[in-house]
Amino acid sequence: MPNVGNGGYLLRAEKLTKTYSAGPTTIIALDAVDFVASAGEFIVILGPSGSGKSTFLNLVGGLDTATSGAAWFRDQQITSLGDAALTRYRRNSVGFVFQFYNLVPSLTALENVRLVTEIAKTPMPAEEALDLVDLTDRMDHFPAQLSGGEQQRVAIARAIAKRPDLLLCDEPTGALDSRTGIVVLEALTKVNSELGTTTLVITHNAAIRTIAHRVVSFADGRIASIEANSNRQAASTVRW
Amino acid sequence: MTALHLKLLREMTRLWAQVLAIALVMAAGVATLIIGVGTYQSLDQTRQVYYRANRFADVFATVTQAPRAVLQSVAEIDGVLSVDGRIAKVAVADIEGVTEPASVLLVSLSKDGGQALNRLHLRSGRLPEPGGVIEAVVSEVFAEANDFRIGFQFKVVMNGALRQIRIVGIGLSPEYVYAVAPGEIMPNEGRFGVVWVPEAVLAAAYDLDGAFNAVSLRVLPGASEMDVIANLDRVLAPFGGQGAYGRPQQTSHAYLDSELMQLRSMSSVLPPVFLLVAAFLVNMTLTRLIALEREQIGLLKAIGYSAWSIGWHYIEFVLVIAVFGVAIGITFGTWAGGGLTNLYARFYSFPILIFSRDPMLYLLAGGITVASAVLGAIRAVRKAAQLAPAVAMQPPAPPAYRSVLPGWFSSVIQVRKTWIMVSRHLLHWPWRTAGGVLGLSLSVAVLVGSIWSIGGVEHMIDYTFNKTERQDATIGFAGTKPASAAATVARLPGVLAVEPFRALAVEIGRGHVTRRVAIVGRPADGALTRLLDSSLAPVKIPESGLVMTRALADILRVGRGDVVDIRLLEGRRHNRLVHVSAIVEGYLGLGVFMELGAVQALALEGNRISGVNITVDTLMQDDLFAALKQTPSLGQISMQTIALKQFRATMAQNLFVMIGVLIGLAGVIAFGVVYNFSRISLSEQGREMASLRVLGFTRTEVSVLLLAEIAMLTLLAQPLGWALGILIALGMVEGFSSEIFSMPFVVGPEVFAYSSLVVMTAALLSGLLVRRRVDRLDLIAVLKTRE
Repeated sequence: MPNVGNGGYLLRAEKLTKTYSAGPTTIIALDAVDFVASAGEFIVILGPSGSGKSTFLNLVGGLDTATSGAAWFRDQQITSLGDAALTRYRRNSVGFVFQFYNLVPSLTALENVRLVTEIAKTPMPAEEALDLVDLTDRMDHFPAQLSGGEQQRVAIARAIAKRPDLLLCDEPTGALDSRTGIVVLEALTKVNSELGTTTLVITHNAAIRTIAHRVVSFADGRIASIEANSNRQAASTVRW
Repeated sequence: MTALHLKLLREMTRLWAQVLAIALVMAAGVATLIIGVGTYQSLDQTRQVYYRANRFADVFATVTQAPRAVLQSVAEIDGVLSVDGRIAKVAVADIEGVTEPASVLLVSLSKDGGQALNRLHLRSGRLPEPGGVIEAVVSEVFAEANDFRIGFQFKVVMNGALRQIRIVGIGLSPEYVYAVAPGEIMPNEGRFGVVWVPEAVLAAAYDLDGAFNAVSLRVLPGASEMDVIANLDRVLAPFGGQGAYGRPQQTSHAYLDSELMQLRSMSSVLPPVFLLVAAFLVNMTLTRLIALEREQIGLLKAIGYSAWSIGWHYIEFVLVIAVFGVAIGITFGTWAGGGLTNLYARFYSFPILIFSRDPMLYLLAGGITVASAVLGAIRAVRKAAQLAPAVAMQPPAPPAYRSVLPGWFSSVIQVRKTWIMVSRHLLHWPWRTAGGVLGLSLSVAVLVGSIWSIGGVEHMIDYTFNKTERQDATIGFAGTKPASAAATVARLPGVLAVEPFRALAVEIGRGHVTRRVAIVGRPADGALTRLLDSSLAPVKIPESGLVMTRALADILRVGRGDVVDIRLLEGRRHNRLVHVSAIVEGYLGLGVFMELGAVQALALEGNRISGVNITVDTLMQDDLFAALKQTPSLGQISMQTIALKQFRATMAQNLFVMIGVLIGLAGVIAFGVVYNFSRISLSEQGREMASLRVLGFTRTEVSVLLLAEIAMLTLLAQPLGWALGILIALGMVEGFSSEIFSMPFVVGPEVFAYSSLVVMTAALLSGLLVRRRVDRLDLIAVLKTRE
C-alpha cells in the first residue's frame, strides 16, 4: 500500500470549480466541489449528463485545468501543475479507461499494453496485465479482431499495467451490452482488490452502485450526495 | 447559393492550407509549361519575324574571289529566289584603351545601302557614306561592350594597311545574332564584332573591284535546298568555293537553335511531374475528406440527394482547387515567362520582341491541369457516390491491421511500439504511402536532374580549359604562314612556349551525312594542347589517320577504323579517304585532329601553319599585346581566360537562372506532398495521438508518430529520387546536346547530397508546421467520442 500523505487521502479536492464562457454567458460545469478518496477505495460516480462528473474526472486526472479551487494527489497539488508536470502525473500515477476503449488499431492487444509499459517507471509485465483481465489467449489479436468487451478489457489491462495509484474510468460499460459490461466490471473490481488501485468509475448506470465502497452522486455541477455502501456486492450480481 | 455550395465554401475555408498546398503544386506545373513553352514560342516567333523582315538567307557560301557576273549564274540555279553577293573579311582591330587586340568581320554595304538579303537593322545613327574618312555601322553587342558611341573612331588593319574607321551607326543583323570569331567557340562580345562599311572601301582595300567573296541566297518555297546547295557548289567551284551550307550550319542560327532546343526540352519534362503529384495529392485529400464525411453523405442521400449530385459536389471541390492552381500558375507563369523572354531577347539583341500569348497554350495548361485533378479525384468520388445511405450513416468498420513481421521477431528484437504504429500505419495504406514516396522522389529527381548540370558544366570547363586546351592564348594567322612564323612569335615579349597548329577547312562525311569542320593538325608530342579519352587518359595523335570527338563520330556514325570522306575547302579542294584512328571526348563544337605533318601532307602543301598556341608570362602580357598591335599582319590573338569568362557568363545567363527556379519548384512539391500527407495522417491518427497524451505520453513522444512517418517517407524517397534524377539528367544530356555544345554526364555525390538536403529541409519544415497541431489536440474530446 503506497504511503499516503495529504491527511491520509490519496486524492483530495477543495472547492474545485470549472467554468466555461459561451459568448456572453458563463457556464458553471463544476461548482466548488469538495471530495476525498482513500487509497484502495472503489468509488462509483453517478449523475445525469451535464452534472459535472466528467469535468471532475478530467480535472483530477490532469487533463484539464481548474478555474478555481484546488486538488491534491497525495502531497502534490495537481491544480497548480504545468503541462509537462501534468503529463508526468498521468504517466506515472493515473490509469485511464475510456468509454470507446481508444485502443491503437494498428497494435495487437499485447502491443497496446506494452505501449504503456515501455514508458512506465515500475510496470508489471504486459502479459500479466492481460492475464489479470483474462485475455491471455487473445493477446496477439488486433482491436478489430476483438469484441467490444474484450477491447475494453485490453484498455483496462493497458491502464493498470503501469501499476497506477489511481484508475479513472469514464463510462467503461457505456458502449457495451449488459453481459459484456459485467465482465468488464469484474475485471475492474478484481484489479481493485488484487492491486489495491484506487478506482473512480463514472457512469449514469445506477445499477453499478452496488459494487462500490462509496457512491458519489453529481447534479448541476455539485456533489448531491455521498453514500457509503456497507453491503458491497460482487460485480457478477449486477443486472441492468 | 445552394446548401451544397455553402458546404463546399466552408470545407474550402476549413482546409485552406491543404487546398493551397495542392493548388501551388498545380500552379508549378502550369507555370513551368507557360514559362517553357511560352518563352520558346515567343523567341521562336520573334526570330521568325526578325528573319523575315530582314530577309535572312537560307544558303550561304564563301569563295576566294568571284566576278559579280557569277551572281547571275547563281540566280539562274533552279529554286533560287534571290541572291546577294558581297565582300566579307576578318581583320584585326585596334581599339584605343583596350590592350588586347580585337578582330572584326568587315561586311560590305552596296552603294545604295540596300541589301537584297541579311539586311542590316539600324539601331541608331545612319548608314555609312563613301568619302574621305571610312564610315561604318558596328554591331550593337560589340559597340556596347566597348562603350562605343556614334562619332567614335578605331583602327582596323585592312589587307596589311592600318585604316581609321568612324562609327556613324549602330546596327543588328539576323546573320549575327550570335557573332563568333572564326576559330572560337563562344561569342566574345568585346573582342569580336561586325563592321559594315561601303563596298567601295573593301573592294579597294582587298583588290576586289567588281568582285565578291561571300554569297547568300534564299530558296523558293518548296524547292530542294540540297539541290540548290549542290548546284551552287558547282557554280562556285572555279572561284575557290568553300562549300555552301544551309541555316543549320550557319553559326548564329545554330547557336540560337541549340538554346531554343534546350528551353523546349526543359518544358517537356517538368509539367507532367507536377501534374502527376497534384493528381496524387487530390486523390489523397479527397479520399480522407470523403471518409470523414461518410455520415453526411448518408444523410444527404437519405434526404433525397442523388448519387450524381453528391459526386458532382466533390468534383466541384477539386475543380475549385484546380481553378486556384491554374490561376496562380498562369499569373506567375506569364509574369516569369515575360521576364525570361525579355532576358533572352536582351541577350540576343533582337530588334523586336513578340510575346507569344497563344490562347491554345493557356487552354492546354488549364485543360490538362483540370483533367489530371479530376482524374486524381475520380476513385474517391465514385466511392462517395456509391455509398448506400444506411451504410454511410454507420461508422466505418475499424481498420483491420495485420502484422507484417513474424511473431518471433518482436521477441528477439525490441522495437518501440510507436515505431510499430508508424510502420503499420504506412503499410495499411500502401498506395498512399507509395504515392507519397513517389511524390517526394520526384521532387528529389527534379533537383538531381537540374543541379547536376552545374557540375557537368564545371567538368566541361575543367576538361576544356585545364586538361586539354592548356595554352594561355592562341594566335591565329590571317591565312597560313611558313613554319618559321612560330619562331617569330616565340621572340615576342612574354611568350614562354610556342606550339604550331594547322587548321584545314574541310567537309568531312560518310554517306549522305557531311559536316564542315576544320581538321586541326598538331605536333604529336604537343605539351600545351592534348587530347583525352572518356576516362581522361591522354590520347597521342597517331602519325596517320584522324582523331575525332565523340560528338562528331556519333553524327557521322563512325568508329575507330572506319574510313571517312574528306573534301578540302581550301587549296586544291581535292578529296581523300582517311581512316579514323581514335575517338576522344570533347564537349565544345565538333573536333577533328591529325598530326601536324599529316595535315600538311593532306593539304598538299609544305610546312605551313595557321597559327600557334602559346603560354604567356602574365607580367608581360601588355607588352605582348602592344607588340601584336605593332605587327598586325601576324594575326589575331584570343585569350583563354577571356574565353572562359565569356563561357561562364553565357552559362550563368542561360542555365543557372533555370536551376534557381527549379530548386524553388522542387521545394513546392516536397512541401505540398509532406504537408498534405501529414495533415491526413494527423486527421486519421489524431484520436490515437490524443489518447496517448491522456495515457501520459509527452508531446514530443506523440509528435514522433507524425514526424517518423514523414522521415520514413522522405528516406524511402531518396534512392528512388536519385535514380529518377539520373534519368532526367540523361534526358537533359540528350535534349541539350547540339553540334555546338554537349554536356558531359558527370553526377558527383554532392548532387545527391544537395538534392536530398533541399527536399529534407522542405519536408521537415512542413512536418514541423503540422506538428504544431499535435499541441492543440483535444484530450478531453477523445474520452467521449467515437471517431
